[in-house]
Amino acid sequence: MNDLLHLHSLLPVLPELVLACGALLMLLVGAAAGERSGAAVNAWCIGVLVLAGVAMNWVPGGRLVLFDGSFVIDDFSRFLKLLALIGSAGALILSLDYLKLARQQKFEYGALFLLSTLGMLMLISANDLIALYIGLELMSLSLYVVAAYDRDNTRSTEAGLKYFVLGALSSGMLLYGASLIYGFTGTVSFAGIAKATGGGVGIGLIFGLVFLFVGFCFKISAVPFHMWTPDVYEGAPTPVTAFFAAAPKVAAIAIFVRASVVAFPGITHEWQQIVMFVSIASMALGSFAAIGQRNIKRLMAYSSIGHMGYALVGLAAGTAEGVQGVLVYMAIYVSMTLGAFAVILSMRREGKLVETIGDLAGLSRTHPTMAFLMGMLLFSLAGIPPLAGFFAKFYVFLAAIKAGLYALAIIGVLTSVVGAYYYLAIVKIMYFDKPAPSFQRMPGLVALVLGIAGLINLLFFVYPGPLLGAATAAARSLF
Amino acid sequence: MNWPILSVVTFLPVLGAVFIAVAVHGNAPLARGTARWVALWTTLVTFAISLVMVARFDGASPEFQFVEKHNWLGVAFYHMGVDGISLPFVILTTGLMPICILASWTAIQNRVKEYMIAFLVLETLMVGTFSALDLVLFYLFFEGGLIPMFLIIGVWGGPRRVYASFKFFLYTLLGSVLMLLAIMAMYWQSGTTDIAVLLRHGFPVELQKWAWFAFLASFAVKMPMWPVHTWLPDAHVEAPTAGSVILAAILLKMGGYGFLRFSLPMFPVASHDFAPLIFTLSVVAIVYTSLVALMQEDMKKLIAYSSVAHMGFVTMGIFAATAQGVQGGIFQMISHGIVSGALFLCVGVVYDRMHTREIGFYGGLVNRMPLYAMVFMVFTLANVGLPGTSGFIGEFLSLIGTFKINTSVAFLATLGVILSAAYALWLYRKMIFGTLKPAVAGIKDIGWREGIIFAPLVVFTILLGVVPKPVLDVSAASVTQLLDGYGRAVKAAELERHRGELVAARNAAGTPR
Repeated sequence: MNDLLHLHSLLPVLPELVLACGALLMLLVGAAAGERSGAAVNAWCIGVLVLAGVAMNWVPGGRLVLFDGSFVIDDFSRFLKLLALIGSAGALILSLDYLKLARQQKFEYGALFLLSTLGMLMLISANDLIALYIGLELMSLSLYVVAAYDRDNTRSTEAGLKYFVLGALSSGMLLYGASLIYGFTGTVSFAGIAKATGGGVGIGLIFGLVFLFVGFCFKISAVPFHMWTPDVYEGAPTPVTAFFAAAPKVAAIAIFVRASVVAFPGITHEWQQIVMFVSIASMALGSFAAIGQRNIKRLMAYSSIGHMGYALVGLAAGTAEGVQGVLVYMAIYVSMTLGAFAVILSMRREGKLVETIGDLAGLSRTHPTMAFLMGMLLFSLAGIPPLAGFFAKFYVFLAAIKAGLYALAIIGVLTSVVGAYYYLAIVKIMYFDKPAPSFQRMPGLVALVLGIAGLINLLFFVYPGPLLGAATAAARSLF
Repeated sequence: MNWPILSVVTFLPVLGAVFIAVAVHGNAPLARGTARWVALWTTLVTFAISLVMVARFDGASPEFQFVEKHNWLGVAFYHMGVDGISLPFVILTTGLMPICILASWTAIQNRVKEYMIAFLVLETLMVGTFSALDLVLFYLFFEGGLIPMFLIIGVWGGPRRVYASFKFFLYTLLGSVLMLLAIMAMYWQSGTTDIAVLLRHGFPVELQKWAWFAFLASFAVKMPMWPVHTWLPDAHVEAPTAGSVILAAILLKMGGYGFLRFSLPMFPVASHDFAPLIFTLSVVAIVYTSLVALMQEDMKKLIAYSSVAHMGFVTMGIFAATAQGVQGGIFQMISHGIVSGALFLCVGVVYDRMHTREIGFYGGLVNRMPLYAMVFMVFTLANVGLPGTSGFIGEFLSLIGTFKINTSVAFLATLGVILSAAYALWLYRKMIFGTLKPAVAGIKDIGWREGIIFAPLVVFTILLGVVPKPVLDVSAASVTQLLDGYGRAVKAAELERHRGELVAARNAAGTPR
């Protein structure tokens, strides 16, 4: 009876349990059935992710705190968990054909995705510094390995190593910050920290806060901790890059928001300044540095740096509206990123992926539908109405204006004009230039992801209600 | 009968575009023909429905009509409606679209399907801009128009099309993003983005000033006003003929419409205080760009610069904020929409035949193209503002309106009328009269398709010049209401200022030493 009760009390973490058990099961199956099982195991891993998403339905409603306060389930975590699962599943779907053509169908691939996603979900729900660290490391360690997945390729191994070394450094900083915070407040739980920092704090705790934020900024690749991003994006196998761009960002920004808003509401003014600086720097670097890029994966890296800057505008506002903006931004960002990577993964000539922007020349002649959807995704990334990317930017800037952060908002919209330039440059190559040799036929699953992402971006304005409503509810649960 | 007529007019073109996208494949002659005919019929039906709207429109009421309102973003609503100020622009848009499609009939052979889709989508966005009654919705349509226009210039444009399309896009975007921030600030101040409500809201003076400048940034670029007009000649020169027509006839009007819809009624105090700035920029635009136009060797560039000068009259008239000035501004925009559009079509006619727009290349065309010479003459004279053409009414009214407020500005602006006669007649003489150049000896006069295109434009140019009443009557009630509110707000602000001074003086006098 007692055991049953316990089992019942685990219902709120059902998605995590599904992922954990699924990952272990997949590893067992893979190990038992040998190398040849890779393709099947990876496909099943998508099923596990979907199952975890379905399991979200059985999670009880309302705000639940588990495991002595270290784990919290609220609307905020539900929203972002679903998003992280979608991001991971999308990236895994994009991977299947790539792995088949590259003859790298190893079963560890899918299992690592699952473990990494498990880490993300734990991170999103973390409610104290220890749970935060466990989630973060589980996510990151799996990411380091998949970055170097193509182990005979020097670029891929270099990417993995670079990511690992810098990631370890940032983890160290984060731990240092966490220990400072613990030292000055005497607690690791977010609620406790909030209580301790309610009536003003000393310089020591601010130091801790800064180091903690360094760790977060590294994970979301915000300037000035973005250096790894272009190299890792370029070096890692392309579907892994898609995964990096979509899913971990969601989790990292989730914990960034939760830690800032829940643990440090008393010193909002202090962390606001840090977030503002990081946001401005990311938006500016993301826009200007992307202009000179020729490799589309590097360009997407700078683009994602810029996008994290825009998402942080919402956090800088420090209000429920701001958090709502961040959530809407991340949801639309995931769809834009997956769509863009679906196109990048279809840039295949004579069996090989090509990666320069020039290879897209005249795509509107050779593959009109693909070019149209990519064009819409690019305009969406640039934030041009009526596409979804406009609404993403709209809500974060709306919050910034309400919070009186006029300078941030003005700089933000101006950098978005600069950013529009390089997205337009790709549209120009696709639409205005003479056609390059056509690509191979798009694999069905990749086309499916592109189609869904493209339509979401194109038609978001027709029926924005559900996403906006969910984001509002999720943001409110933090305040 | 309670069907949403305005939404139908707005979104019918997109339906046509979707139909073309789904039903037409490739660029075979049959596919091209289908795309053209579908686009033509779509625009014609849209025009017909918009005329039903005119018939049902109550010109005596200053209120918004054909209003539709649905929940949309939470922040913003899907709120549409037209009044006497926006209706003429809606009709101008729907009326010119079939002409643009016809003008592209043979000139565009390349990717016809995509071309027609881009134009139809653009029509939806333009009509939407003029009929949106929610700031966010307005912004959506206003900015969304950049995408199809960018593609139209970039894909079907001339040799420097890439430069021109980027310049067009980035310039306009840069101006507009600041307006977006102002829209947000207005939302937080007033709690709504509903234009109908905001027109009566009365913003604090401080916010009015900032927001006024933010809106200016957007509309001045779109209009375009000197000194942010430089994208226009480039865009015009590189765009295909129909693209130039749309650009000159409708996209430029969005700036003037924006001033009328937002700047003047929502920020009356700021508009009043900064009117001298607008007057200065307008006069510089009128005189300077007219002089620049005199020096052009490319026909399209000349007309582009003359557009900037004519838009100078519009801004001047609008910010004079007198009944004549504002009505003159509206009339001038409608008239310029017809006339400049027609002039670009005239350029298109000879460009289609000779593939050059160099003025010096042509000469003595009247010997080979008498009909063309006549049509071109009507529009040239309308461009000059000859009495009896629509151009005269607009310029005359806006000059009268300004004269009441600021005589010297009106005087300087009148110079522009003289200069416009100089460049327009000079262009006409060089091209049409003189000895027939051997290079153009084989040129053919306009055919029946071009005749169909020009006929309504000629008719309306002269009709509106002789009987301007319809346009003036439609807008009269709305303009009166606009100016009443404007006058009240300005007077209230002045009283407030006086009271502040009095209080300060009394305090200074009453302070014990």
